[in-house]
Amino acid sequence: MSALPLALRIAIVGAGPSGFYTAEALLRAGIPGLQVDLIERLPVPHGLVRYGVAPDHPKLKQVSAVFERIAAMPGLRFLGGVALGQDVTLDDLRRSYHTVVLATGAAQSRRLGIPGEDLPGCHAAGDFVGWYNGHPDQRDCRFDLSAERAVVVGHGNVALDVARVLLRPMDELRRTDIAAHALDALADSRVREVVVVGRRGPAQTRFSPKELHEFDTLAGCDALLDDGDWTAQSFDPLPDADAEARAAIQLLQGFSTHAPAQPRRCVFRFHLAPAAISGHGRVQAMHFVRPPDAPAGGELTLDCGLVFASVGRRALPLPGVPYDAARGVHANARGRITEAGRAVAGLYVCGWAKRGPQGTIGSNRACGVQTAEAVLADLPMLRERPVAPTPAVLAACERAVDRGAWQRIDRAELARGTALGKPREKFVDLDAMRAAARLEAAAC
Amino acid sequence: MAYVVTDLCSGCRYTECVTVCPVECFHVDERMTYIDPDNCIDCGGCAPICPVGAIHADFLLPADKKEWIGVNRERAALTPVLTQRLPPLPGAPALPQGAGA
Repeated sequence: MSALPLALRIAIVGAGPSGFYTAEALLRAGIPGLQVDLIERLPVPHGLVRYGVAPDHPKLKQVSAVFERIAAMPGLRFLGGVALGQDVTLDDLRRSYHTVVLATGAAQSRRLGIPGEDLPGCHAAGDFVGWYNGHPDQRDCRFDLSAERAVVVGHGNVALDVARVLLRPMDELRRTDIAAHALDALADSRVREVVVVGRRGPAQTRFSPKELHEFDTLAGCDALLDDGDWTAQSFDPLPDADAEARAAIQLLQGFSTHAPAQPRRCVFRFHLAPAAISGHGRVQAMHFVRPPDAPAGGELTLDCGLVFASVGRRALPLPGVPYDAARGVHANARGRITEAGRAVAGLYVCGWAKRGPQGTIGSNRACGVQTAEAVLADLPMLRERPVAPTPAVLAACERAVDRGAWQRIDRAELARGTALGKPREKFVDLDAMRAAARLEAAAC
Repeated sequence: MAYVVTDLCSGCRYTECVTVCPVECFHVDERMTYIDPDNCIDCGGCAPICPVGAIHADFLLPADKKEWIGVNRERAALTPVLTQRLPPLPGAPALPQGAGA
């Protein structure tokens, strides 16, 4: 695993969609001797496709096959289980590689910033998503599903994922790759109503029509609006609304004509600004105020046992990397990390760490191409810098979970799933992953 | 379901869609692009980025555009995959600055 001294070496930190697409764009450029190391803190690749995409969206996960094709490109090396800041420092990487591309995502959930937010029962939506998807970081999370009503704050697609997983019938979830611990907990869930709350109106959500449409067909569940939250004008699209936004508004307008008839409900509520969460030792209610532009005035209290905040994410600041606090990303210009407006030589960024948490999986392809173009344009300058692997990088490479080892983990997970009638049963702890990487036969 | 390119693409063919497709499921001929419905993973990335609004989820297609579901399937089977943006067709109206980006 030692480096060829004359090879051009690029490290990409983070094996999620943007890391893969950037690697692909770099390797497609056909540069002789180019080696791209895809460094991932977990032993397994695919980032939010594995740990963010909801288990009941199996078609989206088919994009994994594209990542596996990219992983097989000559010149690409997967180095799993290597954590930036623990196993290697950024300085190690900078001295070992001509170029470092940060594809580290938006790992930090934004907080509501209201009193009571730290009561047990109030969670970041991202923690719930990681938990039901079997992320090792969330395997010990606990969600109290004993109250009938849960509140999800935020009007984006992650809020819809959370609501859908809480409301979807068990016999449907059982056939997905949802983590076993989540399935067990959800089987005992008493949640019957999820209220999805936002501070603006039906014409100003970030829901995509495809995700809203799923609530029209969700078995045993009504999608509803509250009559006090809207007037006929609430469904007028804003002047700059595109076809997608108009379709989302139409779907919400359709929900406004529904009457409750089924055992479970998803209620979309509008013009409610979070003010506080209250309860004795745990969440028992959430309080809202109505902004001046709301159709009705006054305050509102919703009794509930769970609150999920889905109000955005930001990149985790990294030591030695300039940070754009306003945007919550690593400071950059079209993928080049910048310090006081000037490019930092040899340091780049892609994906959510570059442009914030927005877009679809494929947005990362265009984003990765743009970052790769910046790297390729700078290559004559980057090549001149002498690099040699530091001891920490060499040691990390020795211990890393490589592509063959990941494929053994993958096969073991698929086999565990088959035994349970699921497409996959993920390993949720790092030791189990590493064991499967070593002992495929035993795991199968 | 799948996403569907409709006749609004015909004659323009800006191909912004191709840059954001995570699975390279766009095909192309001399007039327009088509989505291979068997490869489309329903991510929905292409619909909002199309400068002329030619792409829709199949369940959102108006009745007079439903025929394009079949056209996409048939033409995708007969035409090559497109992996990179092409220049728009000569007759395509110029886009406002920043549109589609």
